[in-house]
Amino acid sequence: MTPNLNLWLIPILPLAGAAINGFFGKKSSRKAVSIVALVFSGAAFAWALTAVLRYLPSDVPYQEFLVHWIRSGNFSVDFAFYLDRLSVVMLLVVTGVGFLIHIYSVGYMWEDPSFYRFFSYLNLFLFFMLTLILANNYLLMFIGWEGVGLASYLLIGFWFTKDSAASAGKKAFIVNRIGDFGFLIGLFLVIQNFHSLNFTQVFDQVRPLGVEGSGAGLLTAIGILLMVGACGKSAQIPLYVWLPDAMEGPTPVSALIHAATMVTAGVYMVSRSHVIFERAPIALTVVAVIGTLTAFFAATIGITQTDIKKVLAYSTVSQLGYMFMACGAGAFSAGIFHLMTHAFFKGLLFLGAGSVIHSVGGEQDMRKMGGLKTYIPTTFATMLIATLAIAGIPPLAGFWSKDEILWKAYQANPVYWVIGAITAFITSFYMFRLLFMTFWGDYKGISVDDHGQAHATPGHGDHGHGEPHESPMVMLAPLMILAFLSLVGGFVGIHNGFEHFLDPVFGSEFPKAVTEGNGNTEWLLMGISVLFAFAGLILAYVLYVSKPYLPEKIADSLGSFYDAVLNKYYVDEIYAAVFVKPLVDGSKQVLWQGVDRKVIDDSINNAAHGAQHVSDEVRHMQSGNLRSYAGWIAAGAAIVIAYMTWLGVGR
Amino acid sequence: MVPLSYYLVLSGILFACGVTGFLIKRNIITIFMSIELMLNGVNLSFVAFAAQWHSLAGQVFVFFVMVVAAAEAAVGLAIIISVYRSRETLNVDQVNLLKL
Repeated sequence: MTPNLNLWLIPILPLAGAAINGFFGKKSSRKAVSIVALVFSGAAFAWALTAVLRYLPSDVPYQEFLVHWIRSGNFSVDFAFYLDRLSVVMLLVVTGVGFLIHIYSVGYMWEDPSFYRFFSYLNLFLFFMLTLILANNYLLMFIGWEGVGLASYLLIGFWFTKDSAASAGKKAFIVNRIGDFGFLIGLFLVIQNFHSLNFTQVFDQVRPLGVEGSGAGLLTAIGILLMVGACGKSAQIPLYVWLPDAMEGPTPVSALIHAATMVTAGVYMVSRSHVIFERAPIALTVVAVIGTLTAFFAATIGITQTDIKKVLAYSTVSQLGYMFMACGAGAFSAGIFHLMTHAFFKGLLFLGAGSVIHSVGGEQDMRKMGGLKTYIPTTFATMLIATLAIAGIPPLAGFWSKDEILWKAYQANPVYWVIGAITAFITSFYMFRLLFMTFWGDYKGISVDDHGQAHATPGHGDHGHGEPHESPMVMLAPLMILAFLSLVGGFVGIHNGFEHFLDPVFGSEFPKAVTEGNGNTEWLLMGISVLFAFAGLILAYVLYVSKPYLPEKIADSLGSFYDAVLNKYYVDEIYAAVFVKPLVDGSKQVLWQGVDRKVIDDSINNAAHGAQHVSDEVRHMQSGNLRSYAGWIAAGAAIVIAYMTWLGVGR
Repeated sequence: MVPLSYYLVLSGILFACGVTGFLIKRNIITIFMSIELMLNGVNLSFVAFAAQWHSLAGQVFVFFVMVVAAAEAAVGLAIIISVYRSRETLNVDQVNLLKL
């Protein structure tokens, strides 16, 4: 039996930090604010680490009951926490990477006027994310799920005076609502059929149901609905459109929320519900197809983007697609493995991009960068490691996890593998394109003094500098730590070590179709994907370093297709035309002018006018003449008596 | 013994006289006396029923009515005097300051 771990402390600590900074931060100094933020997020990490170390050799889920929440008949939901090896991984990734990004943000946001507000939101995000991870039932998870959505909204719109940031925040929030709708319906189905939302109780009832049994349709429906929710939160087709826009937020936010942690909540939720998905093959196929398509689709858009953060955003969407591909192939542990390594290298890439943006004074367009490797060598080195990692060059972290996913996908269906491998090639290409455009060649930026007006990113306007400069140590240290993790993070996957670690969660109950396949095939596939990664590297080198005039020619020869990709396949425009415009027009014409003004307003106004007219007539009865009142009373009494006589009351 | 119906008819006549006076007279004092007439018409029916059914309840009610009537007379006459002092008239149709 595991001792009492006091898991509740882990989410409460960041909440306390958020409250302190939110209530008192405005009057405190920046130093005090950053100390509060760092101490509370760091304490959460430390406590998570302690709890995990005390829990770990165990493979029995640990449950911690706090307080009853809802009791209604035989249905009950509690505030209770749940720790197993899956949540262990998530817990360490979220608190660890979260803490590093807090440190980084101190440097990045130092000159922002709303310094305290930023850290209050960031801590609040950690609180909700940890609630999501540690929940022992779907409802508590849903609280965290909505809470991180709220934090994401607040942080995307952090610079809310900028119109684009405010609307990007709204877009993220609204698109997420669509997904949450599916999630909620899924939960209702769970309640209706299993009378519980507690993970253990639900899954215990699901386990006896077979793939072919009577519950198959139900489980498929629940699975697909949960996947709809995951699509919203994890930015999968068709709900991915909010994530690229979310880059309007400060870069550390993009790193923490929109790359490393929150967007992986969908993957976590699907993996947590693996018992349901494993018994619903159709739902699994849906997951795999959505993941594969998203991975490929987003990667192609990534090729043409010129905003450094947009490239990374589409890359995130694409990598999340990989994770869902793994989950859909039934390889949940591979998905979680990639989630972890992705948190390291994508967090690092975003922080590195933030450092680059910081150094060139707020510029985000890669065409105006170039040659930065001599100016900011540390950032360059860490970015290089992250790029190698995401491209899947061995032996860095991304190689191990991506290879694991591709191998499992191949076992499920070779088509997934083909698309996945091509995507790996594209990934490698656009990431090295980013690297070469940013760090190689000559510096093409405008002389950095006038950036303050041109790009009103707060926090960069007021320290003029002549040429790109390296970021302060407080920003570089997290980069180095994450670079180290990106270097070695994959080694836990050697000999399927990570998979075995998660076996108590995923592996024990469902026999894998092919447990250990043909060793030669695995090596061959690995070789091909490594080859693809290098091919992407070389192609990017040729196009962007040795023959920089070529990309334009290729773009010209592709013509309208290139335009389509450049404009993200016009998906935003299509959504605007198909969904947004009818909705806005319908609201204006039908709901506002029709229902609101014609029906609701008019009915109330007419009622008021009617009352006025009636009382205009009736007030003549109140003449002030005493004898007419007496007459009315007498007449009324006469009527009552007549009525009673007619009824025969006297008899 | 006089039958009950005689009392009730007399009571009805008294009440009707009161109502009529109340409706057609303009002098406040007359109206006031008409009210007393109505009250006593009702009182008469109360005591008639009490005697008929050998029940004290009706007589108790009559006492209540008389108490209320006495109180009403005190308050009402006071009001009438103050109205007369300020308006110099006892015609209700001319006491119409609250009229629209």
